[in-house]
Amino acid sequence: MIAKPDTARLEFRQVTKRFANPRQGGVVVAVEDVTFSIADGEVVSLIGPSGCGKSTLLNMGSGLDPATEGQVFVDGELVTKPNRHVAFMLQKDLLLPWRTIRENVELGLEIQGTAAAQRRETALALLAKCRLSDFVEHYPHQLSGGMRQRAALARTLAVDPVVLLMDEPFSALDAQTKMVLQQDLGRTLADTRKTALFITHDLVEAIALSDRILVMSHRPGRIIEEIPVEIPGRDNPMTRRQDPKVGVYVKRLMDLLHVEQAAA
Amino acid sequence: MQTVLTQPHLRRMMAGSFLLFVVFVAVWQWAPGWFGIPHFIIPPASLVWDEFLRMLAKDKLIFHTGITAMQVAVGFLLGALLGIFAGFVLGMSPTTEFVLSPYILALQIAPKVAFAPLFIIWFGYTVYPKILVCILIVFFPVMINVLGAVRAIDPDIVRLARSFTANRFQVFWKIEFPAALPPLFAGLRIAATLAVIGVVVGELVGGNTGLGYLLTFGEGAGNTAMVFVAIILLTLIGIVLYAIVVLIENRVLHYLPARSRTAV
Ligand SMILES: Nc1ncnc2c1ncn2[C@@H]1O[C@H](COP(=O)(O)OP(=O)(O)O)[C@@H](O)[C@H]1O
Ligand SMILES: [Mg+2]
Repeated sequence: MIAKPDTARLEFRQVTKRFANPRQGGVVVAVEDVTFSIADGEVVSLIGPSGCGKSTLLNMGSGLDPATEGQVFVDGELVTKPNRHVAFMLQKDLLLPWRTIRENVELGLEIQGTAAAQRRETALALLAKCRLSDFVEHYPHQLSGGMRQRAALARTLAVDPVVLLMDEPFSALDAQTKMVLQQDLGRTLADTRKTALFITHDLVEAIALSDRILVMSHRPGRIIEEIPVEIPGRDNPMTRRQDPKVGVYVKRLMDLLHVEQAAA
Repeated sequence: MQTVLTQPHLRRMMAGSFLLFVVFVAVWQWAPGWFGIPHFIIPPASLVWDEFLRMLAKDKLIFHTGITAMQVAVGFLLGALLGIFAGFVLGMSPTTEFVLSPYILALQIAPKVAFAPLFIIWFGYTVYPKILVCILIVFFPVMINVLGAVRAIDPDIVRLARSFTANRFQVFWKIEFPAALPPLFAGLRIAATLAVIGVVVGELVGGNTGLGYLLTFGEGAGNTAMVFVAIILLTLIGIVLYAIVVLIENRVLHYLPARSRTAV
């Protein structure tokens, strides 16, 4: 996919999303008047209290759910339905148990009609990059949680999307596996120069992985702050998370999210 | 499979099964005599064997067994196909299921074998009433299992496929159909044990072909050994059908972890 220069890769313009909810008196405003844009090759994290509409934003970005008001653009094109420019990854790996790891990685390409030989080549190259070469013909149940999530990352990258949308992809993993996968992701995003919107509730993860952090308020979710992360080495989250400035950013985010008040 | 059979504990299990069979036949042969049970109540094994040979020679036993087996096979196949079709249609359309559910429930609760006389009124003493009862009996477990499987699919998996721009047919073929296979085979196993019942009831009610006919004939003639022969052959037809289902299941569902498959 050749991205056009000078346009934002992902842009939300005054996006509002309301859900019909008969119990809570008609409608729930999930997100309200959200505007932001992500430049080419930029990695932006989205954090906020749970239920503030982060996943809702991501679903609108993927074209699966329409915005109630406002527009979403990917690569300068208005998003109205799922398209080849975006691919998403969730907390659940969503690997299909009847497919081998390689066949799982090929799923998107298969749906998009890529020839078998080329599919295979792409899948094998990505699985090598994700250090899964020894497991290409294994089935998902034979892999650990971390390996499965790496396979899901390979599946997301296989369709060569312009924008990656990730919804808490590592939140189900143990702390160490998580750091290894953050490192994999940081490297891969830097190598492939992909643009990404990354949802997380892990403050250090957001700081270690992204160029910029968007902070959302309680429902109805609005963007209340935008924090550029001025720590070098985004391609190496493992060392970046040890930077002394991380503590300063964590403090700032905790204040914005009222973490201490909630604990008191 | 080959490697499994060479494992010593499995060989021991097979030897155990065979020994049990020998003991069973021996008890059948001599126990009735010890307890003074007359031959017209329980004929010993050797008498049943003699009757079997006599029926082969005099009563066109192969013809009758063939007719019953054919009806079971056709009824099972058609009932299963119909059940699969209905299961998917109802699974994908909650509206259709809602509208049809009272009728489906009523038909499921109605004792299917009670339809046998009705079908004979409609179609006479042909193979059709027997096949129809069989279809009716086989249909439900297959349909219910497929329906449940389609409903149980994680909607996020479908969304993943759609985000890769999958169309409705691709969602069916790549997600819904393979996801429904394990419950489908569970339904087919149940159906295989029921299929013979459908055909036999049809044959018992009327006509002069099939093992069900020989069963009533033996009863009328006070020939208990003949009844035994018919029951044993009916059971064998059921076992063969069940074994075929399990054989296909093991090939199709080879990706499942071994412990989730069972011998029975
Ligand atoms: N399909 C839906 N129907 C009704 N309400 C929904 C739906 N999806 C999300 N919501 C509501 O929108 C709000 C935001 O949800 P979500 O985006 O999942 O939050 P987050 O991902 O930030 O935890 C929640 O209050 C949730 O109950
Ligand atoms: Mg969420």
